[in-house]
Amino acid sequence: MSVVSIVEFREVAKRFGDGPFVLDRFSFTAHRGDFIALIGPSGCGKSTALRLIAGLSPVTSGSLTVEGVPPGADAANLAFVFQEPTLLPWLNVAKNVEIPQQLRGIPAAERAVTRQRVLDLVRLGEKSAAYPRQLSGGQKMRVSIARALALAPKLLLLDEPFGALDEMTREHLNEELLTIREQEAWTAFFVTHSVAEAVFLANRVLIMAANPGRIHTEVTVDLPYPRTAETRLSRAYHEIVTDVSRILRSVQPTAVGGDPNRASR
Amino acid sequence: MSRALLQILLPAAAGAFVIAVWYGIHFYLDEEMRFLLPTPAAVIEALQINRDSLARAAWSTTKGATLGFSLAVVVSSFLALVLSTSPLVRTSLYPYLMALQMTPLPILAPICVIWVGAGLKSVTLLTFVIAFFPLVVNTTQGLISTDRNLVELFRLYRATRWQQLLVLRVPAAFPYFFTGLRIAATLSPIGAVVAEMNAGSSAGDGGGLGFQAVIYSSQAKYPALFATAAVTCVLGFILNAAVLYLAWLALRHWHDSYERTDR
Repeated sequence: MSVVSIVEFREVAKRFGDGPFVLDRFSFTAHRGDFIALIGPSGCGKSTALRLIAGLSPVTSGSLTVEGVPPGADAANLAFVFQEPTLLPWLNVAKNVEIPQQLRGIPAAERAVTRQRVLDLVRLGEKSAAYPRQLSGGQKMRVSIARALALAPKLLLLDEPFGALDEMTREHLNEELLTIREQEAWTAFFVTHSVAEAVFLANRVLIMAANPGRIHTEVTVDLPYPRTAETRLSRAYHEIVTDVSRILRSVQPTAVGGDPNRASR
Repeated sequence: MSRALLQILLPAAAGAFVIAVWYGIHFYLDEEMRFLLPTPAAVIEALQINRDSLARAAWSTTKGATLGFSLAVVVSSFLALVLSTSPLVRTSLYPYLMALQMTPLPILAPICVIWVGAGLKSVTLLTFVIAFFPLVVNTTQGLISTDRNLVELFRLYRATRWQQLLVLRVPAAFPYFFTGLRIAATLSPIGAVVAEMNAGSSAGDGGGLGFQAVIYSSQAKYPALFATAAVTCVLGFILNAAVLYLAWLALRHWHDSYERTDR
């Protein structure tokens, strides 16, 4: 993995109107292939940072570049997975997954090939005719991820995608996400409230502080990929989880516990 | 007892009870007052005697009601699209839409007659006025109530305005549109009949059930009046059933109101 920067924040500040600064003096560089977890107390600007990268919201001051251009200019290479599955309830799974390509005017035959590939990636190939309401919460989220992968993005932004799921499903999807990444090689930004999830997925964990939102500490997770369910049992993993939890507690004293099996929400 | 059987038996029992009470009241009345409530048998007889004129009137009302209803669907859909574009447009136009809705039909009717003459044209126009409001209000609400997350998703994928409208906003508005459509389907036959009473015409078209009711009433043909009411009811039921079927076709796969309990 060569070290090429893909997202570069330089002294970025963000406020909405005359409100307080949601992000201040935010400087950070993501390299190609990074899996970056953003964790921190409510109101620390984690989600805002993602929205800035996506170009859904403009920076107030400072500079932000994505692949060397301003955010939003390179929309084709970027995908977003929201907190909710955000599926169109009147379309079946297949058509939902095809939406990004459909909006881009890609012909149906080509769409079908991609759709099958990404649905197989999330192991929902059999469900293409089902409607969202027939799926479980975890399945809906997998469809949402499949849809994000449909345009073969270089940069994947995930805003607490598994926050609403139960612990078992979440761990399972974490493992699945890493498996997909081995085949797809995108760079990821992943917002979460769970220390266990952040450490398991990421090679870099950004611990953020609030008022104003800023980076408090960056923790490097040097556990080798591929990571599996076994990784969660390793001593090294637990040590990092403990470290991150401790730092997080210092950022917001009452918010976070250190037990990796209990998501800090 | 099975649910399906109960669903037939219960309304049947209620119907039998109503008919029994009906006969009870009829025979309780003094003989010279019994014309106030003709027996069901007399109503059925009147239905047979006036078969031809009632059928002709029903067909005329059907035309007025469905034409007015269809016109309302087309115009309200178009107007809802315009209204959904901005709150400013809505603020400017809503008071006048309200005003149209607030004016009672019997007052609009003579105005309508001056403009387009008595008969089918007037009946269609007046039915349109009645059916239009619930449609435009509901459809507009649907078009502006699109899930914000979905709108954001479409922004992210650089969807054009047209794509956002056709792929996202219009289908998302369907449940609201069908709510309006159901109200309009109930109002349309009623509107058409009231319109015929006030702007109907015996010459050719426009002499529908409302016009017929005025005639029967003036001739003191009370069983025939009741028969006219029954025919109007049936018309309303048919139009409603058609709309319910359409809504079911459009929404059954995804809308919560059609969720099967056995999934």
